[in-house]
Amino acid sequence: MELLSGADMITHSLADQGVEYIYGYPGGAALHIYDALFRQDKVKHILVRHEQAAVHMADGYARATGKAGVVLVTSGPGATNTITGIATAFTDSIPMVVLCGQVPSTLIGEDAFQETDMMGVSRPVVKHNMAIKHPSEIPETIKKAFYIAESGRPGPVVIDIPKDMTAPNERFEYSYPKKVKLRSYSPPTRGHSGQIRKAAEMLLNAKRPVIYAGGGVIIGGGTQQLTDLVKRLNYPVTCTLMGLGAYPGTGEHSLGMLGMHGSYEANQAMHHSDLVVSIGARFDDRVTNGTDKFCPGARIVHVDIDPANISKTIKVDVPIVGPVDSVLTDLHAALDELAGTPDQEALSAWWEKIDGWRAFHGGRYDASTQDSIKPQHVIETLHKVTKGDAFVTSDVGQHQMFAAQYYKFNKPNRWINSGGLGTMGFGLPAAMGIKLTHPDEEVVCVTGEGSIQMNIQELSTCKQYDLPLKVLLLNNQALGMVKQWQDMNYESRHSHSYMDSLPDFTKLVESYGHVGMTVNKLDELESTLEKAFAMKDKLVFINVYVDPLEHVYPMQIAKGSMNDMWLNKTERT
Amino acid sequence: MRRIISVLLENEPGALSRVVGLFSQRNYNIETLTVAPTDDESLSRLTVTTTGSDKVIEQITKQLNKLIEVVKLVDLTEGSHIERELMLVKVKAVGSQRGEVSRTVDIFRGQIVDVNSTVYTVQVTGDSRKLDAFIKALPEGIVLEVVRSGVSGIARGEKVLSL
Repeated sequence: MELLSGADMITHSLADQGVEYIYGYPGGAALHIYDALFRQDKVKHILVRHEQAAVHMADGYARATGKAGVVLVTSGPGATNTITGIATAFTDSIPMVVLCGQVPSTLIGEDAFQETDMMGVSRPVVKHNMAIKHPSEIPETIKKAFYIAESGRPGPVVIDIPKDMTAPNERFEYSYPKKVKLRSYSPPTRGHSGQIRKAAEMLLNAKRPVIYAGGGVIIGGGTQQLTDLVKRLNYPVTCTLMGLGAYPGTGEHSLGMLGMHGSYEANQAMHHSDLVVSIGARFDDRVTNGTDKFCPGARIVHVDIDPANISKTIKVDVPIVGPVDSVLTDLHAALDELAGTPDQEALSAWWEKIDGWRAFHGGRYDASTQDSIKPQHVIETLHKVTKGDAFVTSDVGQHQMFAAQYYKFNKPNRWINSGGLGTMGFGLPAAMGIKLTHPDEEVVCVTGEGSIQMNIQELSTCKQYDLPLKVLLLNNQALGMVKQWQDMNYESRHSHSYMDSLPDFTKLVESYGHVGMTVNKLDELESTLEKAFAMKDKLVFINVYVDPLEHVYPMQIAKGSMNDMWLNKTERT
Repeated sequence: MRRIISVLLENEPGALSRVVGLFSQRNYNIETLTVAPTDDESLSRLTVTTTGSDKVIEQITKQLNKLIEVVKLVDLTEGSHIERELMLVKVKAVGSQRGEVSRTVDIFRGQIVDVNSTVYTVQVTGDSRKLDAFIKALPEGIVLEVVRSGVSGIARGEKVLSL
């Protein structure tokens, strides 16, 4: 067996785990590990400009590939700077392993330089965290971290590594375990067959069914089974913000997104349904609106890998705890066995109703204006120029909702946003993580001028590693979503929602060595985007001045039912 | 409703803080908490008493189960069980009080475990209500200090919580 230092064990373990890229930032407590990185070439390290961005890069990679992203940072501020990124991944169930340097074990608890209790600080926002107590534990701990991060309901795992655990002169036997088993952790592998059968019967007996699909369908690899289910039953499907792409957005059964800024038809259908089948979604408050008024006539089936999600906010009738892919496979088998067909008469009446809601175009933007650029139109143009096939990341705010509503995602893992935590500054580094590992794909970050400035320093990282992604800035010269809420709820008192003294973005990105473009006029929009996306080997930052008065609609009315919505500034349901 | 949740936990540093952190993070209530290693030294047994609606209790047990270091848990109040708490009470004991305290201790089947000329230290065990009753039964104004261990519990009959 090989004798290795703790630091070399880390790089060997990562290589043996099949990790190609890690994202990080060096510092005192991590320097033994950085030296080990220097002396090998299997694991490539990407140096970011701020640790938060390293975590979002790992996150973007994880969301696009389904594999855990890996981060390496030093102790103290290096570690605490990762917290927002870790919490982002935790809320959206994204697999991730974060290696944090720590002061030597002999100094822990003595308020040493760059000492922070990272185990304590990270505890509420991780799936698990572990501290290394002896260098020989490193391979098994890393294997455990990947196993925990990627299995069950995925999530981030932090490993706290005191500097003396990686000392170059202390060597121990190294072998990377093929498998680990934890007696206290066994994620579910199959759903309960009786419950699945019950769900199948309810599906066949429903008269006004809706399938409500969440991010779990994408994470759980169940998109094909979901698509097959929707098609075999001819049932409508709506996706959550996290679930966009789980069923093709341009598919005929798609009602689009549901919830606070969901489509008129999706929210109407949910409200009037007699059966809601939730798959890999968690009845988030941004979906349900007032929980006491949620889908009053519906029985509810809930498929989720996390039993704690069952009946957490909404009481469900038939819970099925298990991985989405296996549950859906079993559900298809149960439907085969029952060999029934839904009530076709009821179903066509239901579709007729839905088509009526669709035809109403509730909450859609006014596409007729020529004197300003509507942000929704920018997203539709982006969809056209990228043929609907790009990886789209976003930050948080109006631009995020416009992108979710108007870029019809037909494939899973293409829509990458901080859905649960709502982290501004997520989009650019997430796009970098994707572009790095998908160099031949179009990767575009849709952002706002508030969000982009939260991690704009990463344009420098993009230059260093030659990441020719695209940034599409919907510039409304304000913190648009905050301003919208102030317009609607605070009599337009725009308290601190304006970004005065915005930089000249074109000059700024040029100074980082990239290409900047500005769009002021509607008739320049498409041609500019065409030009930008034709520049395959350049990062192009497109600053589009959009209508600053535009709001995101529909918008659910707080505490109401699913279908209580503002449709525009003056009309509501 | 009051519940007694008994947890087998990996006996590792930080495991307890995860349990306690979960309760504060999710706004659950802890009334008492006891924790000690078991006969298997790799495991700790933790008992927590809490109150909440059925929905909250269901969430507490599910969220506890999600903690990687939680091996198994049981809500003892779901079945018949034995609940015990130990209490040490220091009371003023002078003159006629000495006899009265001593009789009360006998009635509650407690023991006087330390004595000097002015003070008795009494040990009482039982369920929490019995300990409350003992304090109430003492003459007013003589209690100097009360220490309670918090509740431990075990299921009746053959049911066991083990690996």
